[in-house]
Amino acid sequence: MLTRGELVFELARRSIGYGGEAVLKSVSLTIEEGERIAVMGRSGAGKSTLLNTLYNIAPDRCALVPQAPALVQPMSVFANVYMGRLDKRSTLENLMTLIRRRRADVEEIGGILDRLGMRDKIFEPAGSLSGGQQQRTAIARALYNGRPVLIADEPVSALDRVQARAVLEEMRRQHPTVILALHDIALALEFAQRIIVIDGGKIAMDAPAGDITAADLVPHYAG
Amino acid sequence: MTASAPRLTYRSISLSILALAVLAALAGDLAVTAFEPLGQLLRFLRQVVRPDFAAVDWRSIVYTVAFAVIGVSIGATAGFGLSVLFPLSAPVRVLCASLRSVHELFWALILIQIFGLTPLAGILAIALPYAGIFGKVYSEIAEEADLSAERVLPKGTSALSSYVYARLPELLSAFKTYTLYRLECGLRSSAVLGFIGLPTLGFHLDSYFRQGNYGAVGALLLTFYLAIASRRLWARLSIWPFVLIGAVLVLPEGVGGFRLANLTRFITEDIVPLPLRQGGFLAADSWAKSGVWLWTLARDALIPGTIATLMLGQMALALTGIIALTVYPLANIRLLGPFGHVLGRALLIVGRSTPEYVVAFILLQMFGPSMLPAVLAIALHNGAIIGYLVGRQADGLPLRADAPTGINLYAFELTPRIYGQFLAYLLYRWEIILRESAILGLLGVATLGYYVDAAISELRFDEAMAIIVWVGLMTLAVDAVSRRLRAALRLSTLPQGA
Repeated sequence: MLTRGELVFELARRSIGYGGEAVLKSVSLTIEEGERIAVMGRSGAGKSTLLNTLYNIAPDRCALVPQAPALVQPMSVFANVYMGRLDKRSTLENLMTLIRRRRADVEEIGGILDRLGMRDKIFEPAGSLSGGQQQRTAIARALYNGRPVLIADEPVSALDRVQARAVLEEMRRQHPTVILALHDIALALEFAQRIIVIDGGKIAMDAPAGDITAADLVPHYAG
Repeated sequence: MTASAPRLTYRSISLSILALAVLAALAGDLAVTAFEPLGQLLRFLRQVVRPDFAAVDWRSIVYTVAFAVIGVSIGATAGFGLSVLFPLSAPVRVLCASLRSVHELFWALILIQIFGLTPLAGILAIALPYAGIFGKVYSEIAEEADLSAERVLPKGTSALSSYVYARLPELLSAFKTYTLYRLECGLRSSAVLGFIGLPTLGFHLDSYFRQGNYGAVGALLLTFYLAIASRRLWARLSIWPFVLIGAVLVLPEGVGGFRLANLTRFITEDIVPLPLRQGGFLAADSWAKSGVWLWTLARDALIPGTIATLMLGQMALALTGIIALTVYPLANIRLLGPFGHVLGRALLIVGRSTPEYVVAFILLQMFGPSMLPAVLAIALHNGAIIGYLVGRQADGLPLRADAPTGINLYAFELTPRIYGQFLAYLLYRWEIILRESAILGLLGVATLGYYVDAAISELRFDEAMAIIVWVGLMTLAVDAVSRRLRAALRLSTLPQGA
């Protein structure tokens, strides 16, 4: 690895699974601060399992974008994004915000939404948004959370390429360390420094993005 | 289930309900004893449709609404607290089950002994059972809510912040819908409390009936429907504090009042079985005599009352099903068309809004005392409720463009598809129907309520209490059986409003 940062995650021959059945067998992995990683593989390969495992190792250092947007549908986009920092404010402050939003919060959250092309939706209920808009709201919540490591599970699956590039750029700008599950090969090669491919319950490939071409990845998606 | 056990199907369940009802009808007393019942009924109907608003005592409507508003508010608030503990604590679940297994009227009969004929007795008679119902239903709503947002909240979020941001907003609209539905039930409960002496609608209905003033009965009922139909206008969260304060301000003064001595006497003396009260808890002899006391009570009240209640309930259950399947097209736009179904729905809402106790009271005056008026009253009310829900559901079914029409649509497309949901509603209401069957005894049918009434009027509170507890246990048992049947038939959770 080129960057020599502090160690963020270390898995040593870890098997991960649910109900006694291992989804991932004997995974060894180290991730350092400042890395941008794309986790790839066909659906059901275990990408989400790996990301959730990483998140659960250090939830207090990670912001999470789950695969389903996991929004509170009746609440506004503002409130949903605000939830990214509920732990940083006192309970009283949180309750007051429900009654009256503070201008500073509106501006900060409005700024994030602006960069995601969502400013005009800030006071709409999340349930009224399209799938792509809900996805960007969940991303805004993670960006607002501000923890150094961003873990995102297929965060741009409902966006077009242009929107997706803008969102990934924003993630890169805000978080030193980013770990993403992606299925768009071109986008992954463009964004990530390191590609991890999961296939057959194992890490089938773990290499710098610069050493890989799209053709190397295609076999892991076929069949 | 073993291979030899009869298979549980929609058909076998439906036929069993019907067959048992036929047996009950053969054995039960369905005689019409009144002189010229049809003439009476026609005379009543002719006059009741010409409401005489001038004769009505308006306070009865005001008190009915006030009791319901305060009782449901207390019940919902307490129930909300209980619902938080419901999944965590077995004692809370038992408390909720016992509170709701006793009918409002039985609660009122007990509370009047303690608080006198006061508004407090009436309000608590609604608030106590409703707290148990709210506790259970709110917790079921919370259980089914989407909590994905709560799971991704940043670690270290306080419990309260997490609740108001990620959980409450998901629950609020379901809570509101259910509470509004319960308010409607509360208005009915409150109206019926008048029949045992509290100053609500039932009290005046009773006296207008005795005077033969059917025009005033019509006006009173019409006003009651308006109060129910307009609830969406005044039952709003934003103005609720004012509605509540208003309700408290208009409360009448009661006869008698709360004295701690009354409560103490009631719990430590009145409801203690007579032999224990006289001989003391420590004497072996008084326990032996209590056995005799219980056996006598079982022989003279519990056993005959239970048999009558089960028979009445069974007939009412089957007839409810038949009525629901017959009238659900009234609420269906495909079968009745855009104009007809509005009229049909209004008719079903009137059927649903009239408390079964009121219908039973009216029919008893016409037909004389037998099980017939009670069966009809319960079945009309519950049949309208289920018919309305099922009819709405049938509206939502996707149909192919060349679907049949009329009777064929009813028989081949709609009824088969809603039948599962229909059975779920019917089995769900079984418990409610049984509780009603017991209660209608207060009107003179020989179900368990009759024996409660007799015991209370002779100041045998120990016996009254024992019968009330027995009805509660029976209700819980039927609820458990119904739950198992629904699970075996894979009839899952109910849409709200059932």
